[in-house]
Amino acid sequence: MTDQRSQAEIVRQSLKRRYRKERRFRAYGILAIAIALSALVILFADIIGKGYSGFVKTTVTLDVQLDGEMMYIDDATDERQLKMADFVEPLIQALMKEIPGATEEDRDAVRDLINPYASVTLRDALQANPDWLGTTQTMTFLTHTDVDVYVKHGDDDAYSIKLTEEQQAWVDRLLEQGLIDTSFNDVFFSNGDSRDPSKAGVLGAIVGSLLTMFVTLVLSFPIGVAAAIYLEEFAPQNKFTDFIEVNINNLAAVPSIIFGLLGLAVFINLFGMPRSVPVVGGLVLTLMTLPTIIISSRAAIKSVPPSIREAAEGIGASKMQVVLHHVLPLAMPGMLTGSIIGMAQALGETAPLLLIGMVAFIVDVPDGFFDSATVLPVQVFLWAGSPELAFIERASAAIMVLLAFLISMNALAIWLRKRLERRW
Amino acid sequence: MKLNKAFATVALAGSVAAMSAPAMARDTISIVGSSTVYPFATVVAERFGTKTDFPTPKLESTGSGGGMKLFCQGIGTQHPDITNASRRMKTSEYDLCMNNGVTDITEFRIGSDGIVIASSSKAQNMDLTLEQLFLALGKEVPNPENEKELIPNPYKKWSEIDSDLPNVAIRVMGPPPTSGTRDSFNELALQGGCEDLPAVADMSEDDMESVCQSVREDGAFIEAGENDNLIVQKLIDDTSMYGVFGYSFLEENADRLQAATLNGVEPTNEAIATDKYPVARSLFFYVKKAHVGVIPGIKEYVEEFVSPAAMGQNGYLKSVGLIVPTRDALMDLQDKAANMPNLKKEELM
Repeated sequence: MTDQRSQAEIVRQSLKRRYRKERRFRAYGILAIAIALSALVILFADIIGKGYSGFVKTTVTLDVQLDGEMMYIDDATDERQLKMADFVEPLIQALMKEIPGATEEDRDAVRDLINPYASVTLRDALQANPDWLGTTQTMTFLTHTDVDVYVKHGDDDAYSIKLTEEQQAWVDRLLEQGLIDTSFNDVFFSNGDSRDPSKAGVLGAIVGSLLTMFVTLVLSFPIGVAAAIYLEEFAPQNKFTDFIEVNINNLAAVPSIIFGLLGLAVFINLFGMPRSVPVVGGLVLTLMTLPTIIISSRAAIKSVPPSIREAAEGIGASKMQVVLHHVLPLAMPGMLTGSIIGMAQALGETAPLLLIGMVAFIVDVPDGFFDSATVLPVQVFLWAGSPELAFIERASAAIMVLLAFLISMNALAIWLRKRLERRW
Repeated sequence: MKLNKAFATVALAGSVAAMSAPAMARDTISIVGSSTVYPFATVVAERFGTKTDFPTPKLESTGSGGGMKLFCQGIGTQHPDITNASRRMKTSEYDLCMNNGVTDITEFRIGSDGIVIASSSKAQNMDLTLEQLFLALGKEVPNPENEKELIPNPYKKWSEIDSDLPNVAIRVMGPPPTSGTRDSFNELALQGGCEDLPAVADMSEDDMESVCQSVREDGAFIEAGENDNLIVQKLIDDTSMYGVFGYSFLEENADRLQAATLNGVEPTNEAIATDKYPVARSLFFYVKKAHVGVIPGIKEYVEEFVSPAAMGQNGYLKSVGLIVPTRDALMDLQDKAANMPNLKKEELM
């Protein structure tokens, strides 16, 4: 009896220490989560802090007098005349009128406030409305990138202001009058890449990413699922299938650039497919995501309880019926989750695309699987390497767009799992 | 057995089809090459795309050497039409082109770019000679006690080379060996400061080159990848660091960075265009003549590139930082664009 009492004593004595130990253990866990979360917060704060201004554009509203004599044009339907006409002069004149005190000598300084592509906007407008010739129209144009930077980051030391004191005074005045204004940057979502930051957009990259992802999904999901079903349900257990399994696991860990090299050697050099097209990008990314999809699909098939198979076999279903009617539907949520995570990984990939020529300056929005295209992470990479400071905020804004895509894909994966999952 | 035969037939047919499949048609000009020319070529491409009815050319920034390799791979729409370079084509690359059937090439020299040694404007600026630069960055340098003997670079601080230089550790960020900027830096700056040293005077040309163009590998020279913005960012954060990159990046960050003078010359537009600045190099692009007329718009693109609107004294390339050629050189370029003369091997020697 004394022995037992002493045991209870021992337990009581150690109780405090054990509680302490547990508290410490929990604290470690919380600390780990806190570190991970703070890294995430710093990342997001940095990107959003730098990039939110990428979603803002600076415009100038002008009363443009479309004087035929000044523009050397008398018929706005004549292609030849449109090509030779001067569309910069009316813009300069319109802006000069808004800046009292600007003389003929300031022409160049005034011109440098307007976006170099504003004349193209004017040309397109006149081409669409030939009867505007000789009238005065109120139109809104993008400002020059230097003005954009000044308006948005005038008091930020990280940006260098390129405008002269005189130009800054003009811009301040026009801002007060409301002629220069900032608004939501729709250009960013409706244009392809450009060397002029004000005119650059992510639409080309978004479309390129969607085309590439479509090819990847269409190829990798059926192949991956078929391979997983065969390996899990039909393949005999022998040295050979072990060998295949080891190889698939290894492939999942191969650096992605290797798949790019393979794509270059096989698809482009051997098969003669064109460079920089979404089809080749999709093929390369298929190779990259296949192992992930196969592994997760096999895990999903394995987690279907044997009782389901036995019950189906018990009432006389063939092996194929068991798989197609019972195992596959139950394993589907797991397979879909794995595939979506694999696709999200592929969406953020740039390294293999470098070798097959998708890291390129492409202005036109791609309109097919065989059209030159680039993808979102590549667009970020290209902008981050540009000398123009205004591209920094565009790069961060593009990262936000990419993150939005990734988050929605992951959310879809979670929703599908919740929706389709069955518990036993 | 039957199954095997069927498989074999299918595989054979597939591979034959793949081999003989004609390369897919392309109507977009494909341009590869130097990351230094890329910012200029992209502006021209975009202007060309908005001005004309041709699609906007596609540009890949592969580095000068990588561009040459792709360009010289052969004739056919799967190969690029134009390659940009921040140095001249090498004779070995010319031979590669010839061997692969790319026999007719036209060369365009489009202007200059300077390589600068820059630092944060808060740092102490340097007045360097090329010799001092080589002593700071060379892998093997002359022994200070015996100028004929080469020893592994002993200098840890700039002030050890010359007491006028800053008393900080030698740390220089620069481009990797794949970049044309690095080629030019090695050739013009390092070799320029090394070839007159007594230690290499008696060497054969090849030995001299390998000594003069070897950069130290003990951490004083840091390779930063092709992203020059990264170097700029690092320099602003760390005022004891110096960086090597193209003049256009200096111009873009003029209020935050300053450049060291080399042999007493400050890198300015004028000094680079007139070759007074010692580390100025020319920029080129090469056109594959066999593709002119096959891929629509090549000739027009070249004409746009060498037009006064682009490369003239008030051209738009000047505002992006290109140091434009003189008026006479521009006239020559326009003649070239009209006639497309073949590049000869003798010219590259």
